[in-house]
Amino acid sequence: MKQRLLYLLPLAGFLAIAGYFAYGLTLNPQELPSALIDKPAPTFELAPLDDRTPGLATADLAGEPVALVNFFASWCVPCRAEHPILTRLAEVENVPLYGIAYKDEIADSIGFLNELGNPYDRIGVDQDGRAAIEFGVYGVPETYVIDRDGHIRFRHAGALTRQIIERDIMPLIEELRK
Amino acid sequence: MIVEFGHFALILALVVAIGQSVLPMVGAARRDVRLAAFGRQAAHAQFALLGLSFAALTYAFVTSDFSVALVVSNSHSLKPMLYKISGVWGNHEGSMLLWVLILAAFGSAVAAFGRNLPESLKSRVIGVQGMIGVGFLLFIVLTSNPFERMLPAPLDGRDLNPLLQDPGLAFHPPFLYLGYVGLSVAFSFAVAALIEGKVDAAWARWVRPWTLAAWSSLTLGIALGSWWAYYELGWGGWWFWDPVENASFMPWLAATALLHSAIVVEKRDALKSWTVLLAIIAFSLSLMGTFIVRSGVLTSVHAFAVDPERGVFILILLGIAVGGSLALYAWRAPDLQPGGLFRPISREGGLLINNLFLAVACATVLLGTLYPLIAEAVADEKISVGPPFFNATFIPLMIPLIILMAAGPMMGWKRAGISGLLHRLRAALVATAAAALVVLFVAETDAIAAALGVAAGVWVLAGVTTDLVHRCRSREGTLGAGLNRLFNLPRSVWGTALGHAGVAIVVMGITVDSLMSTDIIAAAEPGDRFELAGRTLVYEGVEPKMGPNYMSERGVISVYKGDEKIAELDPERRFYPVQGMTTTEAAIRSTVFEDLYVVIGEQDEQGRRTVRLHHNPLVPWLWFGTIIMVLGGVLSLSDRRLRVGAPIRSKKATTGKTEGGAPPAGAQPEAGD
Repeated sequence: MKQRLLYLLPLAGFLAIAGYFAYGLTLNPQELPSALIDKPAPTFELAPLDDRTPGLATADLAGEPVALVNFFASWCVPCRAEHPILTRLAEVENVPLYGIAYKDEIADSIGFLNELGNPYDRIGVDQDGRAAIEFGVYGVPETYVIDRDGHIRFRHAGALTRQIIERDIMPLIEELRK
Repeated sequence: MIVEFGHFALILALVVAIGQSVLPMVGAARRDVRLAAFGRQAAHAQFALLGLSFAALTYAFVTSDFSVALVVSNSHSLKPMLYKISGVWGNHEGSMLLWVLILAAFGSAVAAFGRNLPESLKSRVIGVQGMIGVGFLLFIVLTSNPFERMLPAPLDGRDLNPLLQDPGLAFHPPFLYLGYVGLSVAFSFAVAALIEGKVDAAWARWVRPWTLAAWSSLTLGIALGSWWAYYELGWGGWWFWDPVENASFMPWLAATALLHSAIVVEKRDALKSWTVLLAIIAFSLSLMGTFIVRSGVLTSVHAFAVDPERGVFILILLGIAVGGSLALYAWRAPDLQPGGLFRPISREGGLLINNLFLAVACATVLLGTLYPLIAEAVADEKISVGPPFFNATFIPLMIPLIILMAAGPMMGWKRAGISGLLHRLRAALVATAAAALVVLFVAETDAIAAALGVAAGVWVLAGVTTDLVHRCRSREGTLGAGLNRLFNLPRSVWGTALGHAGVAIVVMGITVDSLMSTDIIAAAEPGDRFELAGRTLVYEGVEPKMGPNYMSERGVISVYKGDEKIAELDPERRFYPVQGMTTTEAAIRSTVFEDLYVVIGEQDEQGRRTVRLHHNPLVPWLWFGTIIMVLGGVLSLSDRRLRVGAPIRSKKATTGKTEGGAPPAGAQPEAGD
């Protein structure tokens, strides 16, 4: 009998893994610690989406007292949800906002921005998700706060909410602008 | 019209597959010859229908039929023909169609070549193949129809992702799928054997060739992918422990283990339930790879169909196939008759340890791949596991495996003596020690690690040579007689030798490249000179160039050795206007011992251009080694086929009673269990 139980082990192992997968499908990425906090943003160089907005590379991030990098995709519903908040943040607070179009068809990204408006000062196209991997992006939308030296100071995975902006992002922006 | 035919053939294949998965199983249970015959015909019909369906999709791509949505999103009329064709499988829907086509091809091959298989076993294998087919055909028909129309049709397509427009990647998926799906045959054999309640030498002899074929294809597929990453992604790296790479590497490790344990079942009738389990696990890992790539459960470079609906569907399929087969295993495997006994130090013992290490290595990779998920579920922590984890766990597991690799093929079955073995390997030991010492003195950095890696490679190469020499040492002792014997050795012996030698070469390549590669990254103006690994590289400038569906900036970098110009390298940056995407094309100068690898980047405001110059020693050995491994697999396969195909029927399959002697081919006409 003991022997027979041993033969159940592979099945038990598989069920555990399958359980994790099922759980993984329901994941809702929230605030994540990032290994890159206070480190320079990774090196990347992305082509522009169209000729209206320039592309994005590492060198563009530094220089401003504070800048935001936002990974977005047209197929991502939370990106739509955070869009008005992001737009407000960029326009009212006058923060340079850089977008990275993550794993998306060009036409879809353009359509997305035509429909909702384009809040971004620069947009890089990251169709294969390489820049996202360099940043350690967990899923879209994801937002990074970058300081004057091009270092990452804050990361938020998931849609931005007013609460996160008031609690985490605005104080950081004030601090960096001093 | 042709497109609708393709869609219709696809649905018809699903209907046939349903019949194929039920009727031969009933036939095997009731010993009904007509139902068994139906199973064979259904396997052929499914293959033919999917062949038509695939041909229809290929036709749509080749003729740039932009009324098909898939063609619109993955093709363009200006794209070169090779990439129009590879565009068929360069996307989720088309690649799934290729997947089931290969599955059906294997099913049909079992039906065609399995003439001397016991009828009931064959029916059940075909039935299980049919079931896998039903699952995946349902998946395609319900969630991923490749034939969907787009009306009104646009004037031109959106082009294939430029990164995928590459000869290496054009052939990477088909080989990978041949490997993944080839393992389905071993899986079907395992499930069929569990239903029959019988695993014997004949069973193992049947499983081996399919596993070998799958393993060779998988090896080639992984290497092509790695090669592509090396020259196309422009990082100079060839392996990133990315979840999707791991997803292909785990079945490879399991298939390698299966390849070895099946030998023990065949020759010694031992390790039976373990081998059956490995056959199930190997294919389960292939299925899991499919799930990981297509569900978006883990973030990766490769994930190309991030769609939760599909994820749920594949997870359910995975649950039925893997859960079902493992439940069957838990129920039936304890009743398998245990086979021959052996001492710890013997060929069987060596193969068992090989399996142990491969299984643990596979589990380690699995753990590292899934760890981010597990950590989050258990500890609510989000972490990612990178190369440091894999290097720290995987490499130590490989060292004993490699040490054993040289000695294993020389050990006798049942029992072997350590002292005799060491005596025979004394020359190899001396060669290994010498190599280690040389590296210790020559290497400037990381000398110990480098010496260890190179010594491991030399040890295996020397062991392989010793084994071959020993096998063909003739009584007369003349060179001619020896050579004669060398060329008349069984092909499976050559297969083993080449397989192991290939691994040794790859190990040396990996060690030296990861420890000793150097690079320079700089902003260069025309005329700038850089010193790299004893060469002088001069950046000459950039000129524009036009391609069929891209515009390119072509950089020119001259390579000097002393004052003599030895090469001119022309890395490119290509801009594909349709997708608005830039790709880097590295320029690589490969010689036997090293690669010079250069990439150019964007121009900055001062007109300088980023250049990256890499010196990667022994990288070509990765590709040589892999080719030698695949050659070994193919050679061994050609030997097996001769034996397996031999239409000798014996009343009772003998179970390897003589040492090293192959039991007669063929199997019992009808198992009377």
